[in-house]
Amino acid sequence: MIKTKGLKKSYKTRAKRQTTTVDAVKGIDLDVAEGEIFGFLGPNGAGKTTTLRMLATLIQPDDGEATIAGANLRTEPAAVRRAIGFVAQGGGTTDDVTGREELVLQARMYGLSKVEAAKRAEEALAAFDLTEYADRKCKTYSGGQRRRVDIAMGIIHSPRVLFLDEPTSGLDPQSRAHMWEEIRRLRAEGMTVFITTHYLDEADALCDRIAIIDHGEIVAEGTPDALKREISGDVVTVGIGEEHAEKAAEVLKDQPFARGLEVRDDGELRLNVDAGDTAIPQIMRALSEAGIPLATIELHRPTLDDVFLTKTGRSLRE
Amino acid sequence: MKVLRDTWLIFQRNMLLVYRSPLWVVLGIAQPLVYLLLFTPLLKPALGTSTMADAYRVYVPGMLVALAIASGLYVGFGLLGDLNNGVIERSRVTTVSRVALLLGRSLRDVVTVLIQSILITVLSLPFGLITNLGNILLGYAILALISLSTASISYGIAIKVNNPNVLGQVINNVAQPLMLLSGTLLPLTLAPLWLRRVADFNPFNWAATGMRALYMNHPDDMHVWASIAICAGVVVVAVSWSASLFARSVR
Repeated sequence: MIKTKGLKKSYKTRAKRQTTTVDAVKGIDLDVAEGEIFGFLGPNGAGKTTTLRMLATLIQPDDGEATIAGANLRTEPAAVRRAIGFVAQGGGTTDDVTGREELVLQARMYGLSKVEAAKRAEEALAAFDLTEYADRKCKTYSGGQRRRVDIAMGIIHSPRVLFLDEPTSGLDPQSRAHMWEEIRRLRAEGMTVFITTHYLDEADALCDRIAIIDHGEIVAEGTPDALKREISGDVVTVGIGEEHAEKAAEVLKDQPFARGLEVRDDGELRLNVDAGDTAIPQIMRALSEAGIPLATIELHRPTLDDVFLTKTGRSLRE
Repeated sequence: MKVLRDTWLIFQRNMLLVYRSPLWVVLGIAQPLVYLLLFTPLLKPALGTSTMADAYRVYVPGMLVALAIASGLYVGFGLLGDLNNGVIERSRVTTVSRVALLLGRSLRDVVTVLIQSILITVLSLPFGLITNLGNILLGYAILALISLSTASISYGIAIKVNNPNVLGQVINNVAQPLMLLSGTLLPLTLAPLWLRRVADFNPFNWAATGMRALYMNHPDDMHVWASIAICAGVVVVAVSWSASLFARSVR
């Protein structure tokens, strides 16, 4: 649905009479499949928004190619615009008009007739739980309501691809959860959704696939689970009394699933395994067959932050 | 056809916003009204006109030209606001005509100036301003051309500088000589020859002279038709300049 090859963008900045070129995006290759939620994860200033704005026809790439919904980004920007919806981080609602008026105008700007635009606006209001506020001015909306109007505007022309720039930044946890539900619903309707985010949990919980971007380059790409497994697998901590620790280590270290084992002073064993959910029953069985009593067993999954740390040498949380 | 449809669409939205906060339109004529009440009485002795009504017929048309120039030149700030709050960006991802985004706004500015001019005209009725309604209407056509030009120029500059502080400086430096050389406060017939020759190159000076001729009930004066032709020329140049800038920068 979205294919890019070597997409590049640099900016010239002038400071103290010196012109420096900042390579915001240094050649990005992407392949986003139809009907998936694709996440672009990275710290602020990594090039996420620049990439998104290039794909949404708002800025012209310096180099590289992109095809979106079968249309060439460089040569057929109008066809790309018809096929995509784009919602900027700050949105684009006006204080003094109502949500309904905004939706009708957006539909009309896509060339729809008055009647059709009114119908689409009505449907979008219902779909995003906005009917109740439809005829109030946007300045009376909460942050979450305003964001829902923004997204409703982005899909008013039934695009095949929706670009969302940081869709939940600045929202309270409840509105955030609500927004995730809306985005999943759009996917269920067959839409391809491309989001940028700097929230680890959002990339993890919402996205089917993610690309991690840092300093204008993609440093990792895959499903959140695969990315996390790629670095160190899962960690299982087994709590056993000190008297049994040595024996348990003997039993477990030769198991096929164990990739690493560490005995801690307090009699705790830390096992590195490929997948914790299948390893735990095997650990329990092996220990019970050896007659070793088990006090606790805990599974730690590596987070996307661990992935980011491994790939870039620093934490995304910093 | 698409340009016309989209221009109408954008114009309607912008007029809706004017309608929702009409205070700005009224505030815009506060200053001209103060001049009308407190400055015009000085003009009868200063200009040596025979009646107060004549003084108003000299001053009001000049003031309307000044209003059209000034309110047109400052509309760029609104565009910068919409560039920042995402309204323009949200329009750009649609297939709406790029020229329409500019024209729709400029036409809103023209209508605003015309509403303000009508208010001022009506408020000056007690001073015996009106001699012929047809002349007044022709005068509004000149005002429309002036505000369309200055609004387009302002949008063009706003796109070029893209910074409200710089825009303020640039506009002030454009507006001041343009207004002084239009003889909007006092007619330039009082000016020394060199100043009049310089002002001949200012299209809005022609407009002010043409407007005064209309209010003096001299519709046959060559300045009337010359000013319409000249201002129409300026409109064509200003609109194409800013439209090309707009189309290029917002693609």
